[in-house]
Amino acid sequence: MKPKVAFYWCASCGGCEEAVVDLAEKVLDVVAAVDIVFWPVALDFKRKDVEAMPDGSIAAAFINGAIRTSEQEEMAHLLRRKAQVVIAFGACAQTGGIPGLANLYDRESVLAAVYRESPSTANAEGVLPQPHYPVNGEALELPVFHERVRALNQVIPVDYSIPGCPPTPKLLADAVAALLTGRLPERGAVLAPDKALCEECPRRDSKPEKLAIQQFKRPHETLIETDKCLLAQGLLCLGPATRAGCEARCIQGNMPCTGCFGATSRVRDFGAKALSAIASLTGSNDEAEIVQILENIPDPVGSFYRYSLPVAPLPAKRAPAAE
Amino acid sequence: MPETTAPNGQSQAADFEPKIVAFFCNWCTYLAADLAGTSRLRYAPNVRVVRVMCSGRVDPQFVLEAFAQGADGVLIGGCHPGDCHYQEGNYKALRRYHLLRRMLEQMGVEPERFRLEWISASEGERLRAVVNDMVEKVRALGPLRKNAAAQLLEEATVR
Ligand code: SF4
Ligand code: SF4
Ligand code: FES
Repeated sequence: MKPKVAFYWCASCGGCEEAVVDLAEKVLDVVAAVDIVFWPVALDFKRKDVEAMPDGSIAAAFINGAIRTSEQEEMAHLLRRKAQVVIAFGACAQTGGIPGLANLYDRESVLAAVYRESPSTANAEGVLPQPHYPVNGEALELPVFHERVRALNQVIPVDYSIPGCPPTPKLLADAVAALLTGRLPERGAVLAPDKALCEECPRRDSKPEKLAIQQFKRPHETLIETDKCLLAQGLLCLGPATRAGCEARCIQGNMPCTGCFGATSRVRDFGAKALSAIASLTGSNDEAEIVQILENIPDPVGSFYRYSLPVAPLPAKRAPAAE
Repeated sequence: MPETTAPNGQSQAADFEPKIVAFFCNWCTYLAADLAGTSRLRYAPNVRVVRVMCSGRVDPQFVLEAFAQGADGVLIGGCHPGDCHYQEGNYKALRRYHLLRRMLEQMGVEPERFRLEWISASEGERLRAVVNDMVEKVRALGPLRKNAAAQLLEEATVR
């Protein structure tokens, strides 16, 4: 019997689903080797179908997206019960991702921005989503929108994670192959190489031994050379602090790395470490000049915790899993 | 030290004793702390000193971790510019400090809670002044955790 596999999405943009589709013809190998029992974006299975499966009957569940609503949380628990192995697929599931940046604001401001204040919103009565709503004698239910965004492992135990925004099809194919042959590494492992992106970057030879950055530039402010290390050009490239495995996708597209693959195993907190790596390269010893050079990094949280704010040590504690 | 967070915040300022984690470099500021001790200078007992070889050894991860584990303030002390035992370490600390200070502010940590000071081995008096000043400023702000605790309570109840 072929091993059963499930794919599910939570608070995500759909890019991770795209990575599955991007397996292209390899998707046929995967389909031939495994039995996909749940994949809402592509196949018509329902939640009740999953509920009917015996516990532990799914070999692996790939869950992408962060956790923001009660429904996402329930689905995470359900899949945890049904699957032997749960894989956090992509940056949002692994560390909170882009949706996690909403943790800078409280729930009320997020709802107000989306349902009342945005210029494209037409909502004269100021209606907000309600978890319970009576209509014609029926009770309608919507998922509850939680106070904060959480990474998957802040809600359920996670066995492995595959990094990336989104992960590459190759990493997914490798993970499926490892699953099929029972060659998965130790539980808790990140299924990507444990070294810095600079080490696999095609421009690494043009990265100077010692960097002293006089001016940080944002991509729209400069004409970017196509063959020179981006950090050496003053662009905020997080390659030195970021895990390898993406084959330097952004660099190949002449854009700096924003750190979506997260940290290597030697780092506890990606944001603080990436900040440290970049700030140390400021090319001055003069306090006023240092302050001025660093001003060109206008949004430190958005730059260094772009994909991992929910798992940062601050705000001091993790959001507790809502019961 | 007992936690003194009253449910309504406010009224506990009087008995709040701030916890300050201080990373002092081995060659200057730690010696200044020693000197302050041997010269019997009295300063607020709220600092927990962690000796590091150089202010450049203070990884921003340490700072976040200190706040996460209950520090109300973090102080880094190093040699004056030009005097670092390892030449460049304090400049590194300075560069990181300015970016980290701004990032912490975005995360809701007031600037008074995070300081970098140059204090040489002979400046026991200055060490006392810096510590006392920081303790008073952080005391006025109240505990850092109060907000986090309130936030967590909210999370547990908003359904
Ligand atoms: S800093 Fe960026 S561009 Fe330079 S070598 Fe590293 S990954 Fe490549
Ligand atoms: S270059 Fe950086 S941001 Fe781009 S895909 Fe790779 S890890 Fe992610
Ligand atoms: S040794 Fe004191 S700051 Fe480097």
